[in-house]
Amino acid sequence: MTHIAFPTPDPAILSRRGEIVAGLAALLPAECVISSEDERRAYETDALTAYRRLPLAVVLPRSTQEVSAVLAYLCREGVKVVPRGAGTSLSGGAIPLEDAVVVGVSKLNRVLEVDYPNRVARVEAGVTNLGVTDAIMGDGFFYAPDPSSQLACSIAGNIGMNSGGAHCLKHGVTTNHVLGVKMVLIDGTVVDIGGAHLDAPGLDLLGVIVGHEGQLGVVTEATVRILRATEGARPVLFGFDTSEEAGACVADVIGNGIIPVAMEFMDKLAIEITEAFAHAGYPLDVGAMLIVEVEGSEREIDAQLQRIGDIAKRHNVRTTRQSQSAMEAALIWKGRKSAFGATGRVADYICMDGTAPLGQLAHVLKRTGEIVAERGLRVANVFHAGDGNMHPLIMYNVNDPAEQAKAEDAGNEILKLCVEVGGCLTGEHGVGIEKRDLMLFQFTQTDLDQQMRVRAVFDPKWLLNPAKVFPLDGRGGGLSAS
Amino acid sequence: MTHSPATESDLAAIVADARAKKTTLAIAGGGTRAGLGRPAAADAVVSTLALAGVTLYEPAEMVFSARAGTLLRDIEAMLAEKGQSLPFEPMDSRALYGSTGEPTIGAVAACNISGPRRVQLGAARDHLIGLRLVNGRGEIVKSGGRVVKNVTGLDLVKLNAGAMGTLGVLTEVTFKALPAAPDSGALVFEGLDDIRAVACLCAAMGSPFEVGAAAHLPAGLGDAPARTLLRIEHVPESVDYRLDRLAGTLREFGTPARLSHAATRKIFADIRDVAPLAEPRDAAVWKISTAPAKGPATVAGIAAKIAATWFYDWSGGLVWLATPALGDCGAAAVRAAVAANGGHATLARAPEATRRELDVFQPLAEPLMKLSRGVKSSFDPDGVLNFGRMYAGV
Repeated sequence: MTHIAFPTPDPAILSRRGEIVAGLAALLPAECVISSEDERRAYETDALTAYRRLPLAVVLPRSTQEVSAVLAYLCREGVKVVPRGAGTSLSGGAIPLEDAVVVGVSKLNRVLEVDYPNRVARVEAGVTNLGVTDAIMGDGFFYAPDPSSQLACSIAGNIGMNSGGAHCLKHGVTTNHVLGVKMVLIDGTVVDIGGAHLDAPGLDLLGVIVGHEGQLGVVTEATVRILRATEGARPVLFGFDTSEEAGACVADVIGNGIIPVAMEFMDKLAIEITEAFAHAGYPLDVGAMLIVEVEGSEREIDAQLQRIGDIAKRHNVRTTRQSQSAMEAALIWKGRKSAFGATGRVADYICMDGTAPLGQLAHVLKRTGEIVAERGLRVANVFHAGDGNMHPLIMYNVNDPAEQAKAEDAGNEILKLCVEVGGCLTGEHGVGIEKRDLMLFQFTQTDLDQQMRVRAVFDPKWLLNPAKVFPLDGRGGGLSAS
Repeated sequence: MTHSPATESDLAAIVADARAKKTTLAIAGGGTRAGLGRPAAADAVVSTLALAGVTLYEPAEMVFSARAGTLLRDIEAMLAEKGQSLPFEPMDSRALYGSTGEPTIGAVAACNISGPRRVQLGAARDHLIGLRLVNGRGEIVKSGGRVVKNVTGLDLVKLNAGAMGTLGVLTEVTFKALPAAPDSGALVFEGLDDIRAVACLCAAMGSPFEVGAAAHLPAGLGDAPARTLLRIEHVPESVDYRLDRLAGTLREFGTPARLSHAATRKIFADIRDVAPLAEPRDAAVWKISTAPAKGPATVAGIAAKIAATWFYDWSGGLVWLATPALGDCGAAAVRAAVAANGGHATLARAPEATRRELDVFQPLAEPLMKLSRGVKSSFDPDGVLNFGRMYAGV
């Protein structure tokens, strides 16, 4: 293990484990309480697999009422809680603590209501992201935020992390698409915020709940906007000799007032790794590639692609390939969305998530390569270029502690760079434990104290996901609400 | 007295001093929305007008930062020069309040001011990506930043959008802009009743043609017949193409007329600014947000009990409703209809005495009120800033 610290588990809680499990068993049926070590192992980490902690117990309630009963009990007993969606967090947002109970929402998996006139769907929070779109795509609608993990990740987790995705360039991220939530506070109180209407009465509590990283409560239900798909959409591949040319092309497209639905970047290594896995037909003879998707009628798509193609020519585009069929289009996206998984087959990696202003992309890409090379490691870049949200995948050997330390150090340097050029530490994955200790790169202690005081309004005893987001040192100024 | 700090640190000192002396401050921008909210007595006023100026504009990134007192018209002119605009089309409140002065960008953020385009592209809060503020402790706090994709830490940006300065004095705001569509046009269906009209609006919003505004002006607003309006903003070829296709999709609602770019701009500016209900000036005006399809039932519930005139925006989900400023200004009827149909209502315009007596904003369930009081206290423990402007005690 390396330098991300976990708080020392509370021995008093650890010693009461049997009693706490019995208390939970009194509230839930046996199949909803997981206490054996073997079964708890399945919950010891998330997608930040370098870190693991075996939780005290795992509960999987089936209703808001059961979540409420569980939280009220744990709050009364002073037991920490780690909320969990599908466990796909790349920042360790769902990694347990040894003295905490994991409250998972995976059994809350129903789409409750689809309402086309009002363009909303009401879903339980454990529904997968793709599950929402699957329920409505037959009628030509979709749910816009589309993280790469959308097959597995839950709406609860998307709300926790304010998830983005490839198509957020045009449509916005989770916070722009959640209109209401049902949430259980740590003391068991159930609150309903928002609904099928727009904007908040009073303070925009929903605004701070989206992206709360499991610190403000457990979301059990959500009302989300659903959108009607346009008449058509078409992705196009543009290949360039260099990353710099591809990056400059991205900035030029946006600068010309064109907002494609998506604009994704892959460098040479990312293309090679992904193509070997997905056989998406990516060009292997280029230094960098963009996937640009535009939508509308056939004529509108042609007109937009003409303009984008002209801009790409100014940046010495080498190859251009338009998808000729829905199958080809799906294949292009399958490749992109499997990029992380494909990389995982080649090497262990950590995935960074900093955002840089578009004008700084080329600089940050170049420096990223240098920072990683200086430490004797390799990096593949695959990311949402249109909004500057970068995902360098730094490859290393997880069984070599020295190499892991180097990889993490390189990652920290890259994120520091993102902040220095005007960007941020995390664009869509969340802070979790991964970026927790870097928060002072971006914020002052006063900024963090204000965030922590808001957090304490919802969770005065700091029981909810307490080891995350805020550096463990220096919490004194924000521990209580006022 | 009025403080007019020219720097953020001067402002922080003023707030810290007020807190130390246990006095209160009312925040003022251009004063065009002074009539919105509960009248909050304060010992002094702090004006943001001297905190002015654009601090960042990157047209190629479609993002700008401006100090809170920067005039909205200066921002709009700056964006227009580069072919861009504010995506959320903020309402100009001067028609409604009969106020003078110039709206500021800070107030647009603090009051979460949007317009017709909100139904498709989101509200001011959706495009506000960063801010700086001075909280009630006299501390300078920042949240968000200048990049669109940013989930670092709790989102205090959205929490402050629409908080009406009760949590902090905004000093600098960063917004995302979008390319301004070069052309627009609208379909107009005449003579539909409210229920048919909102069905038409909802069908249009569920079409693949990216309708950017959907409003209904019932008969009885002036001399015109009922008009159901659907706007497309795009390049000229696409405006024509999409309006054609849309009209085909909506054939069951009749044969619509077309509005030119200029006429579309004019009528949606009036809708944005609530011009149809600006007169008579002594009428009370409610702003009701509900699920679009619930708009007509909400209105029917109110109109069965009190005299009212109204129109719909946001596909039927935003109802602007005028009623005589007598007694409770229709509060009992409005609150009952909203309770039955879901959503929330704000008494957007009413005599000062009424706004002192009545809930101006939607009363909240106690658990939410408790959270709201806690959040207020976390920013402003002694109630220095705009105390009571939204809710008594917040």
